[in-house]
Amino acid sequence: MTEVLSGLEIAHRVEQRFPGSVVEASPEGAIVKADVLVEVCTYLRDDPELGFHYLVSLTAVDCLDYFEIVYHLQSIQANRLAVLKVRAHDREEPEVPSLTSVWWGALLQEREAYDLMGVRFKGHPDLRRVFLWEGFAGHPLRKDWLGMPGGLMPGLERFPGDPGGELEGRG
Amino acid sequence: MNTEPFVVNVGPQHPSTHGVFRMRLTLDGERIIDADMIMGYLHRSMEKLAEERTYTQNIPFTDRTDYVAAMTGNLAYVLAVEKLCGVEAPERAQWLRVIMCELQRFASHSMAVGVFANDCGTWQTPIMHMFREREKILDLFEMAGGARLTTNYMRIGGVSSDIPPEFMPAADRLVKELPKRMDEYEALLLGNEIIVARSRGVGVLLPERALACSVSGPMLRGSGVAWDIRKADPYAAYPQVEFEIAVGTNGDVYDRFLVRMAEMRQSIHILEQALEMMPDGPVSVPVPLAVRPPVGEAYGRIESPRGELGFYLVSDGGPAPFRFHIRSPSFINLTPLPELAKGVTVSDAIVILGSVDIVVGEVDR
Repeated sequence: MTEVLSGLEIAHRVEQRFPGSVVEASPEGAIVKADVLVEVCTYLRDDPELGFHYLVSLTAVDCLDYFEIVYHLQSIQANRLAVLKVRAHDREEPEVPSLTSVWWGALLQEREAYDLMGVRFKGHPDLRRVFLWEGFAGHPLRKDWLGMPGGLMPGLERFPGDPGGELEGRG
Repeated sequence: MNTEPFVVNVGPQHPSTHGVFRMRLTLDGERIIDADMIMGYLHRSMEKLAEERTYTQNIPFTDRTDYVAAMTGNLAYVLAVEKLCGVEAPERAQWLRVIMCELQRFASHSMAVGVFANDCGTWQTPIMHMFREREKILDLFEMAGGARLTTNYMRIGGVSSDIPPEFMPAADRLVKELPKRMDEYEALLLGNEIIVARSRGVGVLLPERALACSVSGPMLRGSGVAWDIRKADPYAAYPQVEFEIAVGTNGDVYDRFLVRMAEMRQSIHILEQALEMMPDGPVSVPVPLAVRPPVGEAYGRIESPRGELGFYLVSDGGPAPFRFHIRSPSFINLTPLPELAKGVTVSDAIVILGSVDIVVGEVDR
């Protein structure tokens, strides 16, 4: 069974190695400063006790005030999963360091995050859009990119307000 | 003599790309000197669409990402939502999930192996054999949930409906028949000169490189890394069944094919146990149709036929996910493709792509 390493534990270890690098930590994940991200990840990968050799998933979340880039790391030997996050505060030109030098598996996933969320990855060898074409206006996964005219929510309209009355239960 | 590189587009409409996917190959004579992947022809922006729909309304999207293995797509998503809500499906549903996923794995691997054999040049014969068994599996899906391809069978807190009484005898019959069919396939394919000549020693991916490139599923195991989410992070009723992780030794195209063949055997083995051990009882727990999970995030993952399929969900407490991300194995398994294709001929690149076993619906999402 995979042990999910608490964000507090990760933050504690990273803080010992790189003082002042952790912004915030909760059991769900540790948030580190963008400028030490590559060093922190190299440490997490190469430390014999941690050994996070495998980048499971990389994605970006638009939290309205900032962008959060979420990394799921896996240690195959110890069978442990850890969640690491980094924030980009610039709404127009969010930028974080690329992790392709640490895990080559970040290559396509960073291109995806750039394409759909508009987060730039500094040091990425080939940062191009991956699904949409060059010249596509905006980045669709941002919350202010409205897919429907006027920002309609066609799916949710069928469950207006969800008062918790007639919709409860599966009938 | 002056020569210049020559560019060949394989795809987007090409029988060997298995969907609308394009490889842009730069050739020096017959050798590939550069390979670029161009995708997005099937991009439907499901991650954005999902933010506008309730958690339950999103289940059909998960059929349509990996449409060759809809059951596993359903399961990965509902597991993530269940993690987010703290709901657990009843025992019988857990076993039904195992049965459906293993049937799906067999069907998906038989497609993968059949299509791969096609790529190698054993034109159409193996795939017709493979489709015969796949049809019977799809018949079972139809019996259980009403649909064959886009099943939409799993629900948050269980499955959509219990199986009808005809299901178990039909499944028993099929599971008894499959080992004989596997004998046939193995006799037909394992030593097949066309497949061996085209695939052995081609597209070698070393284990360290496979891990660095984040590949998963048969591609990772073909390189000799015994990593299977069903064992490493078990879900549904997998802790109670026994099976072996199939691994390769050389990491070449042939080993990936062998791993898939071995996994089909293991799927039959799991199905035999699951059909025997399936308990009676309810198949779902009541969950509100417009469920509102607490604020938080969850990452649910399973071993899909193509690798680690994960759903990363962020909830803001509303009826729709705040963020819905699919960790797609087909997409990430493409990461090492350019380096594998460099230096080989176009015909080898076709076989390498076939061994990755992409489903473009899942690559592009």
